[in-house]
Amino acid sequence: MVRPHRSERDSGTESGPASVGKRGASAGGSGPLARLRAYGLAHLQALVFSLGRISHSPLSSLMTIAVIAIALAMPSGLHVLLKNFQGVSDDWNNAAQISLFVKQNTDTAAVERLQTRLQAMVEIDKVTGISPEQALAEFRRLSDFGDALKALDENPFPTVLLVQPTLDYSAPAVVKSLLVRLRDLPQVEVAQLDMEWVERWYALMEIGKRAVLILAILLALAVLLIVGNTIRLAIQNRRDEIEVQKLIGATDAFIRRPFLYSGFWHGLLGATLAWLLVNISLILLQGPVQRLSLLYDGSYKLQSLTFGASLLLLLLGMLLGYGGARMAVGRHLRDIEPS
Amino acid sequence: MIQFNQAGKRYEGGREGLSQVDLHIRPGEMVFLTGHSGAGKSTLLKMIALIERATYGQVIVNGKNLSRIRRRQIPYVRRDIGIIFQNHKLLYDRSVFDNVALPLVISGHNHSEIQRRVRAALDKVGLLDKERRFPIMLSGGEQQRVGIARAVVNKPPLLLADEPTGNLDPKLSGEIMHLFEQFNQVGVTVLVASHDIALITLMGQRILTLEEGRLIGDTDAGKGEA
Repeated sequence: MVRPHRSERDSGTESGPASVGKRGASAGGSGPLARLRAYGLAHLQALVFSLGRISHSPLSSLMTIAVIAIALAMPSGLHVLLKNFQGVSDDWNNAAQISLFVKQNTDTAAVERLQTRLQAMVEIDKVTGISPEQALAEFRRLSDFGDALKALDENPFPTVLLVQPTLDYSAPAVVKSLLVRLRDLPQVEVAQLDMEWVERWYALMEIGKRAVLILAILLALAVLLIVGNTIRLAIQNRRDEIEVQKLIGATDAFIRRPFLYSGFWHGLLGATLAWLLVNISLILLQGPVQRLSLLYDGSYKLQSLTFGASLLLLLLGMLLGYGGARMAVGRHLRDIEPS
Repeated sequence: MIQFNQAGKRYEGGREGLSQVDLHIRPGEMVFLTGHSGAGKSTLLKMIALIERATYGQVIVNGKNLSRIRRRQIPYVRRDIGIIFQNHKLLYDRSVFDNVALPLVISGHNHSEIQRRVRAALDKVGLLDKERRFPIMLSGGEQQRVGIARAVVNKPPLLLADEPTGNLDPKLSGEIMHLFEQFNQVGVTVLVASHDIALITLMGQRILTLEEGRLIGDTDAGKGEA
């Protein structure tokens, strides 16, 4: 009376509808490895399948991807510009120059020893000495008060050492700590740093960085919503199909998968296009920048996105696409039930 | 295989789609379900496939008490049931082959296994030469046979069919019924809802009759329960 169960039926009867396979080798075996393989295969299928779907409606897909690309390209492009400004300001690092006024009674040999010592420090790129005589001559040449100095018996100028920090140590905070240490040297009377405008520049850069970050967050949100909406529409268009799949025993995960991968693809393709947009824009800017740079006797070359930044852009695109799809899928797939 | 114990379905507003049904279909049986439209045939089938849940009473399918099945487990229950619809419910953007393969893809079978089983199922319903076609290129009877192939490809122990011959002429209807008979002969439990009394009387199988949600006739009644 009791019907044989599946496995028996599979191997027993050879003529019915159930006789399709020779043996009930369901899901390609039973071990954990085989299950893992089936799982991986299902993902691979969804990955390829969703890409196929995207290519089935190239125009609408391309438009969505373009919107994503522009949203991602904006902060990426601004980030590159900011990096370039920073590069320019690094070229002006002599702005962070420290002037050491050596005590009046220090003899020449001591000054030279000090200069050598400073030169040996890792933080310091270059030390230029200005003797009192040179200073006096320069003062005479540049100012109208040269005659006033004749009234003095001796040269009022101290020996000055101009200390230029290396590139790695030119950030304001680092230069300041260097300044404090140099000020404590016994031979040094006064150590001075004219940092005001460097600090202002760095403050401006900080504002720029913050603004780019805010913009990036807002546009990332926009990408999430764009992908979310695209996937929501796709789900609505596939309502019947989802219903049928549920009727024949598809799990939520199975139904969800192609939509999630579709979000992933939109994000990845959008990010790739964004990368192209940024690089094309930079190529277009390269000529004018070079001309400007020549006017300043420089030879500045625009930097493009670094390898790391490019990778981050692609990764973010994928994550945002996946996240957007996840949002849409969680809410809308549940609503669709066969009736 | 299927057991209803005082089971019923009450809709919002108090109308009962199915009232206090007691029913027992044994494994390997072939049973017809008849009655006027609105008598509760579809509701009964939907309750078996967990498309609808009983509001009261107990429904046991394939040894599982359906009221204890949680949402997440529903897909696995449905994999043991092949369902055939009056309107076929095929996916019209996929080929016949892909339509039939869907249950196997869903349960994660490997490629060669899918190929083999789909071909066998299509062969069984006589559509092997049409596997590359799209459903829209097929006649109504052929589409229904694709639906049947899809329902049996997974080798479920239970087949449900809701008005499978609703849109077909008598000759095609007879062929479809004959197919169900063949599946039943190899041990599959078959439950077919149909209002075509002439046709199902001809089949000489157990007939359940519903009227306004109540089971009013069972040709098997009195023969005793298994």
